[in-house]
Amino acid sequence: MVSASIPLTPVKLTAKDFKSDQEVRWCPGCGDYAILAAVQSFMPELGIARENTVFVSGIGCSSRFPYYMNTYGLHSIHGRAPAIATGLSVSRPDLSVWVVTGDGDALSIGGNHLIHALRRNVNLKILLFNNRIYGLTKGQYSPTSEIGKVTKSTPVGSADAPFNPLSLALGAEATFVARTIDSDRKHLQSVLRAAAEHEGSAFVEIYQNCNIFNDGAFDLIKDAGTRDEHLIRLEQGQPITFGTDQQFSVVHPGGSFGLSVLPSADLGAETAVVHDATVDDPAYAFALSRLSGSDLNTTPIGIFRNVQRPSYDELIQKQLLDAKAQSTGTPEAMLSDLLTTGDTWTIL
Amino acid sequence: MTVPAKPVEQLDRVVIRFAGDSGDGMQLTGDRFTSETAQLGNDISTLPNFPAEIRAPAGTLPGVSSFQVHFADFDILTPGDSPNVLVAMNPAALKANLADLPPGTDIIVNTDEFTRRNLAKVGWTVSPVDDGTLSQWAVHPVALTSMTVAALAGSGLSKKDAERAKNMFALGLLSWMYSRPYESTLRFLERKFAKRPELVAANKAAFLAGWNFGETTEDFAVRYEVKPARMAPGTYRNITGNAALALGLVAAGVRAKLPVFLGAYPITPASDILHELSKHKRFGVTTLQAEDEIAAIGAALGASYGGALGVTTTSGPGVALKGETISLAIALELPLVIIDVQRAGPSTGMPTKTEQADLNMALYGRHGEAPLAVIAPRSPSDCFHAAIEAARIALKYRTPVILLSDNYVANGSEPWLLPEVADLPDISVAFTTEPNGDDGRFLPYLRDPQTMARPWAIPGTAGLEHRIGGLEKADKTGDISYDPANHEFMVRTRAARIENIPVPDVEVEDPDENARVLVLGWGSTYGPIGAACRALRQRGLPIAQAHLRHLAPLPANLGAVLAAYDKVVVPEMNLGQLAHVIRARYLIDAVAFNQVSGLPFTAATLENTLEDVVKNG
Repeated sequence: MVSASIPLTPVKLTAKDFKSDQEVRWCPGCGDYAILAAVQSFMPELGIARENTVFVSGIGCSSRFPYYMNTYGLHSIHGRAPAIATGLSVSRPDLSVWVVTGDGDALSIGGNHLIHALRRNVNLKILLFNNRIYGLTKGQYSPTSEIGKVTKSTPVGSADAPFNPLSLALGAEATFVARTIDSDRKHLQSVLRAAAEHEGSAFVEIYQNCNIFNDGAFDLIKDAGTRDEHLIRLEQGQPITFGTDQQFSVVHPGGSFGLSVLPSADLGAETAVVHDATVDDPAYAFALSRLSGSDLNTTPIGIFRNVQRPSYDELIQKQLLDAKAQSTGTPEAMLSDLLTTGDTWTIL
Repeated sequence: MTVPAKPVEQLDRVVIRFAGDSGDGMQLTGDRFTSETAQLGNDISTLPNFPAEIRAPAGTLPGVSSFQVHFADFDILTPGDSPNVLVAMNPAALKANLADLPPGTDIIVNTDEFTRRNLAKVGWTVSPVDDGTLSQWAVHPVALTSMTVAALAGSGLSKKDAERAKNMFALGLLSWMYSRPYESTLRFLERKFAKRPELVAANKAAFLAGWNFGETTEDFAVRYEVKPARMAPGTYRNITGNAALALGLVAAGVRAKLPVFLGAYPITPASDILHELSKHKRFGVTTLQAEDEIAAIGAALGASYGGALGVTTTSGPGVALKGETISLAIALELPLVIIDVQRAGPSTGMPTKTEQADLNMALYGRHGEAPLAVIAPRSPSDCFHAAIEAARIALKYRTPVILLSDNYVANGSEPWLLPEVADLPDISVAFTTEPNGDDGRFLPYLRDPQTMARPWAIPGTAGLEHRIGGLEKADKTGDISYDPANHEFMVRTRAARIENIPVPDVEVEDPDENARVLVLGWGSTYGPIGAACRALRQRGLPIAQAHLRHLAPLPANLGAVLAAYDKVVVPEMNLGQLAHVIRARYLIDAVAFNQVSGLPFTAATLENTLEDVVKNG
């Protein structure tokens, strides 16, 4: 169920209802197409009135997204979408507000707004399309590019250590943190559904292929020949195992702060960790987020963390409602009282 | 024994400056004296002056905080050029203010603080009270601290706590000297220390001890009276510019029938607007203390997009950071009020000092052709009406509006004739709820033929779903467009829609009707310019005064007004920013008169300069 404050549509909508009349202008083969199609076909499931859905974006390839959704949309400025969406969401509890952003938009120029939206737990659904490259500016390294990455602006390799977006979001107190992949529509939609139903900030990293400037960045976990050995599908309540015949397990070795991957055959007395995204201590989700680095060698996807905490919107609305409940009279009469507050004097 | 009443002398105006260490409570003392004076019906103008440091080292010159109050039995325009009375709570307060004192000024010094150690902190080896340094002034040495402590003997307070009430002793003494009614101060103390009755009693006792000291000591032979001023009938309160701005924004929300959403990041001297607005949630006012200046305006713009009255408050450095979002608001053509309480720059500059040097930034400080409306209040109480006017323009014309206040009006105060709520303008506008295109389509950039405003269709409105953004938009449809002719058209349209906003004609004050010199100002210089003009006219020198409230667009009659005078003088607290506009736009050889000291003009400075122009052309 999405938030009760958001009106539902009286008629059944289809994916077509969410397609705008604008020609989609991403490069042929871009992963964004798959995400757009997945979102358009998933939105009707939520049952939210189309006019109460708003997509807000910043700048970058991914940020063209709102133009293609037949909802309300705001294509804003670089990095600022979470801030703009915060003002919209807080003042309009009847809207379902989605932020579409990229690794440069959200983690570089807009890093500050992202972390503050997450710590406030604003009721935003933040979709970060991570392609580990700057596409719109034609191929510079991004804050998620791996060290040593050779790009137009790093001819001898990047010396910048990359962010792990999920670790960052968890550090910023995010209440819902997930990862999915552009090419896996079913998984993508299941994660989006959970995000939509989450009260508060939902942060979803979507691995997205830029076939022009960083083609194949996620092949290791996409290609049929390799993915089973490297991709970990998190399922609530299920032991975290992967590989052919579940040959690998994620374990919590005694005396260790973090999680490790072991061959299931070597477990001995240990057992695979049973996944629970609702664990309040963020250390667990953080440990999961650390299983994968730039090399993608053991990459979990799914919902890492999904906990309840009052949303910022809810707290602010409550303050407004409480204040209104304690006041009487018309706004004009209240204003008149306010103006005459304090020491006044009258001249006849 | 009854003390024979001291003779009472009538004065028409008095300027008192309370000066002490930042921790001495001088702002509070000045506020209370002002409130007592307001109760009496004098006209008032006040000016606080405090360091940016919260607690500079005690007893040092950088730590001096002062509050000047000017009150009169006639209509006054400024807090006064120089004091008639200085209350100096320590040697630093005396030294920091001596240069401003004309000969004969009464100086009340707290001799208890004139210790060798405190004197040394400001470079004195001998007390100037004793060595003749102060011979040109009328010095009243008063052992303020020790008399306060003596008055509170038996109160149970520690000596340190008792000493803290010395500002109330000073206030009591000055209240006696100028025959102020003090009931409001006693009530104030009851409110302020409601949870600590012992402090209510102590502060009251200190106040009354100061009052009684005045009545009994031989050092003060007379007391003074300043009769009420003849002011327009009505109910008044004393108000600072920042408080008036906050109330004006609340009023704008009520009169627009819209929730107000303030996004703000704390910055001197604008933070008080955030503080005040955060108290008024019952009016549907939301305040968001954002993570930075950019987020503050971003959230405000997001709220405007959703149908609220979006507002952001800041000072110059914040406006610089907000520039990109202001440009987005110009491209989106959404209402937004940006309040810049100017301070001395560039960079951090002098955060607690005043300046008018953000005019160029307000008019031009954005990328691309990015016009918007700019207005400036002329006095503390005018901030109320300026806030409503800014909101009115923003809502009706769907544009960001920059309101240029400054530290002088923000922290200064004056009596405010309270308006009737019903008399405030109705600034409500209608959201678009129906498609406006021929074929049932919604065209987000199809303009109102009169106002050139585009429809304000907010999310939640069925059938009007649309996408807008910072990319250039095609006329009418709002679709992304790179068409050269469309861009040229849109750039010119954005310029024209600001230029075409009707604003009231500028009024000229020329009571002699034969002035050949016009002085043109804007914003907070209204008071000192007006006072200087009055002084010149009283001396038989005709001069005309015009003051701009609307800086973009400029009033339609301005060119004709300027052309009617032989000479136009433009005094500004910058290096001639309005003067440049006037010269460029009207080809008038305006004379710029500039002061960029962080302090407001004194009336005397302007009088001298204007006199020279009037006499010598």
